[in-house]
Amino acid sequence: MTVPVYKKKDFVSDQVVRWCPGCGDYSILSQVQSTFAGLGVLRENFAVISGIGCSSRFPYYMETYGFHTIHGRAPAFASGLKATRPELSVWVISGDGDMLSIGGNHIIHALRRNFDINVLLFNNRIYGLTKGQYSPTSEVGKKTKSTPFGSIDQPFNPIQLALGAGGTLIARAIDVDAKHLQSMLETSHAHKGTGFIEIYQNCNIFNDGAFDEYRGKGEREENALYLEHGKPMVWGKTVRKGLILEGTTFKVVELGEAYSEDDCCIHDEGNYIQAQLLSQINGNGFPVPLGVMYREQRPTYETAFQDQVTAARGKLGNGDLEALVKGGDTWRVS
Amino acid sequence: MSTTARIEPGPNASLDSVVIRFAGDSGDGMQLIGNQFTRTSALAGNDLATLPDFPAEIRAPAGTRAGVSGFQLQFANHDIFTPGDIADVLVAMNPAALVANLGRLKDGGLIIVNNDKFASRDLKLANLEQSPLEDGTVENYRVVEVGITKLTKDTVEPLGLTTKEADRCKNFFALGMMYWLYSRNMGPTEDWVRSKFKGKYADANLAALRAGWSYAETVEIFAGQPYMVPRADDFDAGEYRNIMGNAALAVGLAAAATKADRPLFYGTYPITPASDILHALAPFKNYGVVTYQAEDEIAAVCAAIGASWGGSIGVTGTSGPGIALKAEAMGLANIVELPLIVVNVQRGGPSTGLPTKTEQSDLLQVMYGRNGDSPMPILAPKTPADCFEVAIEAVKIAFKYMTPVVIMSDGYIANGAEPWKLPDLDTIPEMKPTFAKAVEGEEFQAYSRNPETLARPWAIPGTPGLEHRVGGLEKQHLTGHVSYDPPNHQFMQELRRDKVNKIRQDIPATEIHGDDSGLCVLTWGSTYGAARTAVNGARKQGKKVGHVHLRWLNPLPADLGDVLAKYDRVLVPELNLGQLVKLIRAEYLIDAQSLSKVQGQPFTTNEILSRILEEV
Repeated sequence: MTVPVYKKKDFVSDQVVRWCPGCGDYSILSQVQSTFAGLGVLRENFAVISGIGCSSRFPYYMETYGFHTIHGRAPAFASGLKATRPELSVWVISGDGDMLSIGGNHIIHALRRNFDINVLLFNNRIYGLTKGQYSPTSEVGKKTKSTPFGSIDQPFNPIQLALGAGGTLIARAIDVDAKHLQSMLETSHAHKGTGFIEIYQNCNIFNDGAFDEYRGKGEREENALYLEHGKPMVWGKTVRKGLILEGTTFKVVELGEAYSEDDCCIHDEGNYIQAQLLSQINGNGFPVPLGVMYREQRPTYETAFQDQVTAARGKLGNGDLEALVKGGDTWRVS
Repeated sequence: MSTTARIEPGPNASLDSVVIRFAGDSGDGMQLIGNQFTRTSALAGNDLATLPDFPAEIRAPAGTRAGVSGFQLQFANHDIFTPGDIADVLVAMNPAALVANLGRLKDGGLIIVNNDKFASRDLKLANLEQSPLEDGTVENYRVVEVGITKLTKDTVEPLGLTTKEADRCKNFFALGMMYWLYSRNMGPTEDWVRSKFKGKYADANLAALRAGWSYAETVEIFAGQPYMVPRADDFDAGEYRNIMGNAALAVGLAAAATKADRPLFYGTYPITPASDILHALAPFKNYGVVTYQAEDEIAAVCAAIGASWGGSIGVTGTSGPGIALKAEAMGLANIVELPLIVVNVQRGGPSTGLPTKTEQSDLLQVMYGRNGDSPMPILAPKTPADCFEVAIEAVKIAFKYMTPVVIMSDGYIANGAEPWKLPDLDTIPEMKPTFAKAVEGEEFQAYSRNPETLARPWAIPGTPGLEHRVGGLEKQHLTGHVSYDPPNHQFMQELRRDKVNKIRQDIPATEIHGDDSGLCVLTWGSTYGAARTAVNGARKQGKKVGHVHLRWLNPLPADLGDVLAKYDRVLVPELNLGQLVKLIRAEYLIDAQSLSKVQGQPFTTNEILSRILEEV
């Protein structure tokens, strides 16, 4: 079937969007709608699945098939759907609380199984819908309603978690950089396997300014390292900087007389060790890496799952119900 | 080796029914020979019922009472409903198995005991100071002592097995003796051994089996002639097989998938006693059945719902602790109104409870154990073979009413076996679901209703023009949009309740067995067999008693109130502290009485019969 030429508005549902004015979610919604229009996928073949939380209202605003499920379990619903309907384009929408706290078990297993699904983790480092408690990505010492003396929890690093769980496409984006976010969404869609995108998203009510260091255009140019496969790791507008490797750690250098781009590390998406190192830098003089941190090709779960069915039918033919009911030994009473 | 034959000589006696209990260590292979005897008896045309009774530990400390694994079966020349209250014969492989099972052997019953296992260390493991064979413990029984360990070892010696390997064959020696004693054909077991074991291991087991037979025949320990239990002649004509509950459920699900022409997705997490459903379904891939071993119970049900959303038959199977974990997702299935089958193979609770023992104590959990009013259709098989029909019925109702359905099996049904008259597959209706399609010029309403069933349309992703959203937030009637409107919530709550009650139109009229006045014995699930036998027994004594058995627990049959009103008294035997009885009292305002048992064991016929005789 030929895919119609879609516009962004074809993916806008008739429901009123009810996020707080100024929320980072608006930008992400807009980029997803724009991106879906250009993916060459029939609109009816998109399935958007979420858990619980501010971000998880997302499916209601998408003119696609959508399922707003229960807290933390979106990857599990997506797994059952994708295993049985591999032709669908499945998108999981979740937040740091939904996915990394109550749903921690499901995301790690979805990643290791490598379903060909897309996972968008809206990370605002706070619980929004329950009105401002610290989350599993909140920094140590954070004062919130539930931590008046500061959080004592060590936060998760979502990129490290995804690397450890066997993710095959692991990327980071930021809500306000529309063009880059769209390219990450396209990259995830094109990847055969689980695309995991951590999206820094500002909660302007309960955790405003969490990502200010790289959210404004000027700050971003100074502090964000946009990763590109095969390109040197350099950034900065006023002062050009680069990352070099000293032993097994990164070091920030200014480019100029002592160092040039040629001295800097070249990004290799297939280098797991380098991805580990990149996942660890963030602030304290280091830039925040954005883009694809790691990528590998591995067979997808649903392919292997359906291949076993095909193989069984090939070998045994379509199931004969009468033979199944009879089983091994029968006897006749006359 | 000593053989003490105190059995009375007799003719080649023909018996109506026999109850055998095999008991040994968890590693002695008692379940294996129990199943072999069952299969052989089934092939010989007996009616039968079985009760495996094993510990939760895979290999509890050898020789201890905690490690005793038992298998009881009754086989008969007539229609029977239970594995028997009390055994006629006990095969005991060690002192612990002997003393732990004496209470289940009738006075004067036959004991065949492996007396190679009565050294002082064996007695110590069983917490015994003296040998029960010598201290008078067994003087009221007919005891046949056989050195099974040594005889087996001598038998297989030429095959070059290690001592440990040789020891493992001793269950077949015991089985061979029992086959001789009850004149069974060893052919089916011999074929089975050849298919399951290779080379010298097959040879060794076969040698032990035949040696057991020959030993029983030549040593004349049983005083000459073996017994006979002729084939049951009151079976309906047809083709039969022997089947266990979990296997019947799996075959039923596969049959439903075939008749519905839809893939069946079984999402599950291993749990006793439900895991065998997964094992049975996993090879059925060419029947359109796929199995998914999820990361936990919650993921298992969520994946099943995801599959249902996509148009498959989503099924999840578990036991009580898993139901607790799935509760929130079951509530979601209720509000998004998607077909889903939840199989609960109940076990003893609360918490981890008694994983390998049976109970019926999750009825109120599945009935009410969710947040909000969340009505859940519930039906229960009554016997192992009945699981087949119940599985098909559950899928049919889930499709027809767009609803989750719970199947309440239990450990007794799951692991029990009985002869099953093979169904005429042509009589099982096709049940292809109808998926919604876009209609030109009409706006799709995801929560519109079929007036007959109140079902909403099943619009699966991939259908052009029907893009819509479902979820756990309350839905606006018809449109399915999120709605916080107060009257709409009440309307939808009542609608979901009414929809489940509509299932009554698919429930046949309630059958009364026996009298329709006097005492009504009202049962559900696996209590059927013992209650039916007890009611028959009471009626033989001239008592006015009827038996009403419920297949549907929610909704209750439309005519149940009128049926119960015919009786002076209602007695509800249940393997819980009184759950159905609460529902009955609340629903019909009658003074129904509870007969409760929570020992991890099914009712014996006598337990119910005694209570009936007290009541009438």
